[in-house]
Amino acid sequence: MVDAVLKAPAVAGSAPRRSALRRTLQRKSTIAFLMTLPLILLVVLLVLYPAFYAVHLATLNKSMERFVGFGNFQFLFKRETFWMVVQQSCIFAITAVIFKALIGFIVAHFVHNVPGNKQRRWRGMLLVPWVIPPAMSCLAWLWLFDPSYSAFNWVLEKLSVGPVPWTGDAYWARFSVILVNVWIGAPFFMIMYLAALKSVPEQLYEAAAIDGANWWQRMWYVTIPMMRNIMAITALFSLIVTFANFDIVRILTAGGPLDRTHVFATWAFWIGIQGNDIPLGAAVSLFMVPILTVAAIFILRDIHRRASEMS
Amino acid sequence: MLKRKMSRRRFLATTAASTTLAMPFVRRAYAAGKLSIGFWDHWVPGANNASKELCEQWGAKEKVEVSIDYITSQGNKNLLTIAAEAQARSGHDIFAFPTWQPADHANRLEPVDDIMAELIKLNGPVNKTVEYLARANGKWLAVPACVGSQIKGPCSRIDLMKKHAGIDVVAMYPAGSPPKADAWTLDAMLKAAEACHKAGFPFGIGLGVTEDNVDTAGAIFQSFGADLVDAKGNVSVKTDAVRQALEYYKKLAQWLPPDAPAWDNASNNKYLIAGKGALIMNPPSAWAVAKRDAPQVAEQLWTHGMPSGPKGRYAPFLPYFWGIWNFGKNKSAAKSLLVHLSQPAAIEKMVNASFGYDLPAFEKLTTLKVWEEEGPPKGTLYHYPNPHNHQILSVAAAPAPPKIAVQIYTQGIQTKMVVRFMQGEALEKTLAWAESEVEGFMRT
Repeated sequence: MVDAVLKAPAVAGSAPRRSALRRTLQRKSTIAFLMTLPLILLVVLLVLYPAFYAVHLATLNKSMERFVGFGNFQFLFKRETFWMVVQQSCIFAITAVIFKALIGFIVAHFVHNVPGNKQRRWRGMLLVPWVIPPAMSCLAWLWLFDPSYSAFNWVLEKLSVGPVPWTGDAYWARFSVILVNVWIGAPFFMIMYLAALKSVPEQLYEAAAIDGANWWQRMWYVTIPMMRNIMAITALFSLIVTFANFDIVRILTAGGPLDRTHVFATWAFWIGIQGNDIPLGAAVSLFMVPILTVAAIFILRDIHRRASEMS
Repeated sequence: MLKRKMSRRRFLATTAASTTLAMPFVRRAYAAGKLSIGFWDHWVPGANNASKELCEQWGAKEKVEVSIDYITSQGNKNLLTIAAEAQARSGHDIFAFPTWQPADHANRLEPVDDIMAELIKLNGPVNKTVEYLARANGKWLAVPACVGSQIKGPCSRIDLMKKHAGIDVVAMYPAGSPPKADAWTLDAMLKAAEACHKAGFPFGIGLGVTEDNVDTAGAIFQSFGADLVDAKGNVSVKTDAVRQALEYYKKLAQWLPPDAPAWDNASNNKYLIAGKGALIMNPPSAWAVAKRDAPQVAEQLWTHGMPSGPKGRYAPFLPYFWGIWNFGKNKSAAKSLLVHLSQPAAIEKMVNASFGYDLPAFEKLTTLKVWEEEGPPKGTLYHYPNPHNHQILSVAAAPAPPKIAVQIYTQGIQTKMVVRFMQGEALEKTLAWAESEVEGFMRT
């Protein structure tokens, strides 16, 4: 009897609480949060924690026993090689992104014009460079560029053209790493642009045709404006990934010859792990952050402005 | 009279202690605990088996549960593991440290003076390079491991050197006898390089920044007495010795393959095995692969000593070390195992398993039978371990303090100097660049 009396108010009190909980759980924002929670945890664990740890490491001296503040950064500013790496990273990322965008744009148009039943096959084939693990495809490229046994040089020799020092000369080596990056990354642009092309309403082209617009005018006044946001986001995403590239340079040239192909990530690894100067390596790797932040601010501001104009 | 009240906690502690004392001692299979080891994963197929067997024997005898991870140096995986374990202060008890790592992790390694004294007494003294790399502030940081240690001297084609350069490398370095190599100088090598280049078989000496390239450059620089930083840590780039070394290298580089600045550690091996070159600088791994893949090439290979320069005959020696982390959980067992692995019989077993690739650093162990007997051609490895001590074993960038030298070494400063100068940069500009780079390595 006593038990029943004691339990009754508890049941009565928990009912509204449970319904409040149910309401909270049914809210879209709560569901969204819960569904993204695993990803948030992964980002915190695998991105944020290492990022803050890298900041901490970058403020230590070489033997990691003393706090030196911005000492490592000040040291880097005085190094000729560091500025060369900054320049090379910019050349590498910007050139590669421009070519990837250009090739992706052209190929997307070709694929868009392929009849529907054959389009899937072409799309699949063109995505192959992007879906192969880069470490694997880079090894194949390494054999093609091999200093002594390059397959390209073998063909060139057959054509009576002298061998090309693909990885032995600074300029050719830069060309080689950019070429491989473009080869791997262009399909991503292609697929994004293809999706954007498919979302352009057909009526716009019909209206332009009625107005007597030629191919170029349709491209300039219809296609490109409708694709601009996708183009900007794709370029930003690719810029970030290309700036942080490690595998292509590491496998093909290891930064050589004479450090002329090093990018931030490979030089940071070289200094930090191979040279056992982890704080300086961390400082080098952190230099990507301000450069990419500035690029992201400009690109995202442009997208936001256009979105506001359109709405 | 002092009266003490027995608390509940004290009662439990006393009971537990008395129970433990009263229990009979049971010696279990792994009564002496566990030991985890991170060994270098050997290139030579099957070579890991020797160290595995030795560790298992020791584990069974000492009642220690041994677990071994063989960690490759491909992609610097061993360096990454060392860096991670040093940061986490957790991991293996024993680790196989490559050349520069003991000095880099000096404050995280358990001193091994006690076992080194015992091993030196047993196996003879170690060479000066081992001491330079693994002894800091009067303490031994690690034990020289025979596994992975190597001398990167010349490996020549007997036929091509005789035919095109007029040098009989077998007569110069006869198997079983001391070398007769007085005429084998840097000038003689330069002439031979020119002759072989003209005959279409250039010397395969790389000018990249990986170890094989840097080691050769280091030895040639040392043969001229060209130290970029002296033993006290003073920068000595702008010296006549460095200028002479660069002038020599520029002359040599014109007879090397045009793609030499892009060479890595595999390039010279492939070059020799493909029959393209008359000489490379490498341990016998290239010969071992040739024996399997190109026996007609292997039959013509002879490993021998470095040419001498104005300041001596220097050979690049790259030792590995077995070190014990000071955060290791079973240090006494680790020391016991390292003593076991450094016994003459154990060392001979490991050297045999590597077909003579591995080199002990102890003086009494450089004349094992394997080097005399390996072939074809028989005796090709006889002079590999420097049995007659006619070369000074050294490492590139020595005698600079190891923390500076490792930066010079890993950044490949010497080969970069050669390539810059070779590609037309003014000598003084190359020296100024190198000086600036080296000054940057002085930070602590």
